[in-house]
Amino acid sequence: MSIYSMWGALEIGLIFGLVALGVLISFRVLNFPDLTVDGSFPLGGATAAILIHHGMDPFMATGAATLAAGFAGMVTGWLNVRLKIMDLLASILMMIALYSINLRVMDAPNVPLITDPTVFTVLQPPGIEDYVARPLILLALVVVAKLLLDWFFATQVGLAMRSTGSNPRMARAQGIRTDNMVLLGMAISNALVGLGGALFAQSQGGADISMGIGTIVIGLAAVIIGESILPSRRLMLATLAVVIGAVLYRFFIALALNADFVGLKAQDLNLVTAVLVTVALVIPLAKQRLRKKRA
Amino acid sequence: MNLHSVLRALAGAAAVVGALASAQAQAQSVAVTSIVEHPALDAVKDGVHEALASAGYTEAKGLKWQFQTAQGNTAIAAQIARKFVGDKPDVIVAIATPSAQAVVAATKSIPVVYSAVTDPVAAQLVPGMEASGTNVTGVSDALSLEKQIDLIKKVVPEAKKVGMVYNPGEANSVVVVKRLRELLPQSGMSLVEATAARTVDVGAAARSLVGKVDVIYTNTDNNVVSAYESLVKVGNSAKIPLVASDTDSVKRGAIAALGVNYHDLGVQTGKLVVRILKGEKPGAIASETSSKLELYVNTGAAARQGVTLSDALVKSAAQVIK
Repeated sequence: MSIYSMWGALEIGLIFGLVALGVLISFRVLNFPDLTVDGSFPLGGATAAILIHHGMDPFMATGAATLAAGFAGMVTGWLNVRLKIMDLLASILMMIALYSINLRVMDAPNVPLITDPTVFTVLQPPGIEDYVARPLILLALVVVAKLLLDWFFATQVGLAMRSTGSNPRMARAQGIRTDNMVLLGMAISNALVGLGGALFAQSQGGADISMGIGTIVIGLAAVIIGESILPSRRLMLATLAVVIGAVLYRFFIALALNADFVGLKAQDLNLVTAVLVTVALVIPLAKQRLRKKRA
Repeated sequence: MNLHSVLRALAGAAAVVGALASAQAQAQSVAVTSIVEHPALDAVKDGVHEALASAGYTEAKGLKWQFQTAQGNTAIAAQIARKFVGDKPDVIVAIATPSAQAVVAATKSIPVVYSAVTDPVAAQLVPGMEASGTNVTGVSDALSLEKQIDLIKKVVPEAKKVGMVYNPGEANSVVVVKRLRELLPQSGMSLVEATAARTVDVGAAARSLVGKVDVIYTNTDNNVVSAYESLVKVGNSAKIPLVASDTDSVKRGAIAALGVNYHDLGVQTGKLVVRILKGEKPGAIASETSSKLELYVNTGAAARQGVTLSDALVKSAAQVIK
């Protein structure tokens, strides 16, 4: 594996680290199976790309994209808590609606950003190659996002949100307005995913309507890989674990792309990735069994 | 062992050594990526490989050829782009818009040849169709829509309303729809659109056009091409003539198609790759469009869909399917 593809895996892994943080909030903290992310990831990308394309400052555009995706998440929450639509279905409805909305936002299926300024071109320090600068910028950003989340979940509101997910009846008995907590949590979750989408579009040369396909699968894989390599009930460690999980997943893909020397072909890529992830998940279990046998 | 066979063995060994030496002299590497495995895109890849082989660049002579598809996933397309840039091949060939954008965003120095991109300028791969001065050149699969409209008129001379089924999420199709909205009124026709965001929606989209249109035209939309049989069902039962742009669709039940042969498009792309391998700068090579269009007609489908094709049209076809 070349240095270049390793930096690339780190870069894309960190972007999906933001997605994984979002998925952690919906699936684990709120206990809300949320498929909106397949639509809010491209919504973030589409909004950022079209605004930058029309000359907006890339930072403002990224902020607007994050807000737009957060709003989309809030609508999913609203469909669930106010209109009493089952959580999974509410998120599916929002996901398919966002497909059309994203096409409207971009007014085309594809908005290129190859020649426009992006947050990465603006922040890139002189003397550092762009393929190194982008992951470093993202690393700083993901660390900030992780610390902010850790801080938030230790505040009164954050704790209320966690109790909403783990025991809603108990939470309501304590005077917590659980409906509002779902709305807020879904907004934060999808805002993080949208931020990821906005950064992805800016680092990959443009937004495309197909960029959201499978986002939830990758996000969930990252969460589960993270949990299996760093099992912990502490949220501070869980937020770290899912980011590591997202980066690892990308390293597995980079590894699979280099598997041609054993006679594997291009179309085997997804299978190889699945096998690598399975191996990573099985190792902790195998270790445990080995230890039991010895004892 | 007599002298004769010794000499022959020596000559053979010399030939092997000579071949090895020449392979050393031209050990070149070409990395090819496409967004998804798809008959047309695979034909492009095979065409590139063939053009390289006929110019003497084969794996046997030391060509390093690698091919990766992103399995339809843009994040994987980005990772493939990074891997290729890290491998530093002599030329990267990127097939279809998302793959081409990912590669062009990842390198400003390695020569990139795009292929099967309908509008490379709108995709910001090149500033214009002339020589770009950058590391990028390639072949567009844009079809002259004037010729497509001519074909529609030849198949259904009295057509007033042209229906079109397409995926609103495919950049290539949206370009065609926008242009047809402008061009059709100039020939006294109008466009009626039906969108199919997934392959399973193609049949329903086609049914929604029944009674509203005189002919259904389709471009090389991936969803529509994948599910063309469901369009044929509607065309046959409602007697709506089908005109396609993908020549393979004619074998599957369209009446006619004037299309790019994607294998030839790949060969054309491969010729650009060869020019770069021989030392030309990609920035000095103008982008090309497909030089060869082929007309396919299906007289059996014409009968089923209620039209009779003129003898002139059938005679001008490269291939007639009964």
